Amino acid sequence: MISVSDISKSFGKKGEIKALSHINMEVREGELFGLLGPDGAGKTTLFRIVTTLMLPDSGLVTVGGYNAVKDFKILRSKLGYMPGRFSLYQDLTVAENLTFYASIFNTTIEANYHLIRDIYVQLEPFKARRAGALSGGMKQKLALCCALIHKPEVLVLDEPTTGVDAVSRKEFWQMLRRLKDEGITILVSTPYMDEASMCDRLALIQQGLILDQGTPDGLVSGFPDRLLSLATPDIYRAKAIVEKIDGVDDAYIFGESLHIKTAALNEKAIAAALAAHGVAAGEVRSILPSIEDVFLAKMHDVS
Amino acid sequence: MTTFLLILKKEFRQIFRDPAILRLIFLMPVMQLILLPFAADYEVKNIKVGIIDLDHSDYARQLISKLEHSSYFRLAAYSSDHHEGLEWLESEKADLFIEIPPRFEASLIRENKASLQLFVNAVNGTKGNLGSAYTMGIIQQFNQEIRKDWFEFPKFNPEPFITVIGTSLYNPYMDYQRFMVPGILAVLLTMTGGFLSALNIVKEKELGTIEQLNVTPISKIQFILGKLVPFWLLGFVILTLGLLVSYVVHGIQPGTNIGNIYIFAALYLLAIVGFGLLLSNFTSTQQQAMMVAFFFMLIFILLSGLYTTIESMPPWARKIAYLNPLTYLVDAMRMVLLKGATLRDLWPHIRVISAIGFVLNFLAIYTYRKRS
Repeated sequence: MISVSDISKSFGKKGEIKALSHINMEVREGELFGLLGPDGAGKTTLFRIVTTLMLPDSGLVTVGGYNAVKDFKILRSKLGYMPGRFSLYQDLTVAENLTFYASIFNTTIEANYHLIRDIYVQLEPFKARRAGALSGGMKQKLALCCALIHKPEVLVLDEPTTGVDAVSRKEFWQMLRRLKDEGITILVSTPYMDEASMCDRLALIQQGLILDQGTPDGLVSGFPDRLLSLATPDIYRAKAIVEKIDGVDDAYIFGESLHIKTAALNEKAIAAALAAHGVAAGEVRSILPSIEDVFLAKMHDVS
Repeated sequence: MTTFLLILKKEFRQIFRDPAILRLIFLMPVMQLILLPFAADYEVKNIKVGIIDLDHSDYARQLISKLEHSSYFRLAAYSSDHHEGLEWLESEKADLFIEIPPRFEASLIRENKASLQLFVNAVNGTKGNLGSAYTMGIIQQFNQEIRKDWFEFPKFNPEPFITVIGTSLYNPYMDYQRFMVPGILAVLLTMTGGFLSALNIVKEKELGTIEQLNVTPISKIQFILGKLVPFWLLGFVILTLGLLVSYVVHGIQPGTNIGNIYIFAALYLLAIVGFGLLLSNFTSTQQQAMMVAFFFMLIFILLSGLYTTIESMPPWARKIAYLNPLTYLVDAMRMVLLKGATLRDLWPHIRVISAIGFVLNFLAIYTYRKRS
């Protein structure tokens, strides 16, 4: 449905700031596709190119077979875009915003009410309130409604869950799953690694490069090595020691524990090495890597 | 067309919801038009005059009383000490002082001539100039009066007098309000037409709402027109309000050619709205737009002939003034309101303002395209 091939984009007078370099990405029809990456990875730039708001320096983007550069007029009625920043009229009410966006697409709220019903019932009590006076979560819901009101074929959401509390985030992803069931192709970006499992497929992006893409399970099973985890109160010393052991590819602090990426060594070898240096390590366990581990491993490979 | 109407509806809804903009559009022009013309007056009154009288004669007293009775002067200090005068100027006790030398009357009678000395504080150029001119006038008059006293008897006046009787046309009482009101109205029109529209466009950029709008089928032309038309229309509302205020408060009757003001204002607003659009293309926050607008507003006002005549400006300033759209509106307003100018009279102005409008809008659309 969305095909991104060899897209590059630079900023600055001489193009010295590379935002995207040779991006290739494929989003299939009816899929919930996630673009996962930290701040500044190039997610918004890529989305702006996909939504016809920005011209790429090179490469080709097609959405539903339409060229994002040449056929931008047709595409704009097929796309629903929710920018990362709240971009509705703060001085208009909830109902006025929604009516405005429905009517410029030549449709009405009633015509596509089934799409937004679940979200809109939560907004309804605040119908007459100005959008600027809504809470953060409610603003997100209104923005989603406005992006959906013309029944787009493709919905592009730029970091919709950033700055939203944990419960609302979960709720938001459930809404996206339901929209996917309506047959809408969804492309969504997020900096939160734990949201990866909510996507059908995802791409990992860092510094304008796609590190990897695939299903969440596929990405995890593609993790080449063994991943060990240990917990110790002396975590920084433990890291320094482990990094020096032959056969350890990478060691990094992950929350409260130390993750060790290794192909050659097992739990016992690490525990023994730490004991030799007098570090009281708890149990060293072999664990299944998370998306974040995959991400960090890929980043390590690139750099 | 329906899309365009939807945008217009949205714009008007937003404008009428913003109390600050409403005040700016309706209250501010009315207040300014009521108050400013009374204050922005070139007529220098209440000049503080000091007298150093070293003669104490009858003629000296006559001259002093003449000065005292003029509405321009206020006798602020009187002394017989020559040194005090400069102190008055220094401490701003007096704006100017006249020194009547000893034996003033005596030499006037015996030698047929006498001299007076006039000291003027010229820090404020206008005040200094006018003050000394008024004083000269009064002394001249005094001079003639005493000549008449003496030469009453000869049948033929050896030195013929030329008396000039002036008649002021179009503004018979040389009332500065009549001169200023049309100019101030022109400035107010520029502020709303040009600068409010620019701020409005920049606001969409700053708040990011333009981003959401750009992924809709709204075309750029529709967006821009949707921004400009409301302010173009509001310009007429302000113009009408302003004309009402000038009639009610300042007694300026627009006469039968009032329609010409609207025709000219329509063209002018078109030009200035294009200027606003151009401004918005080069700024991305309302603060930037404000600062740039302020910069241009000062140039527009000072180099428009609103306060000072263009003919007396140095050549480079004159060139800028002739490129300044406000110049033409100020002049056209005065022409219609004070002289009842017809469209034929306004024709040269109409031609220039149309050309300026065309160039500004062309540049605006050109840079707008290039930047997006």
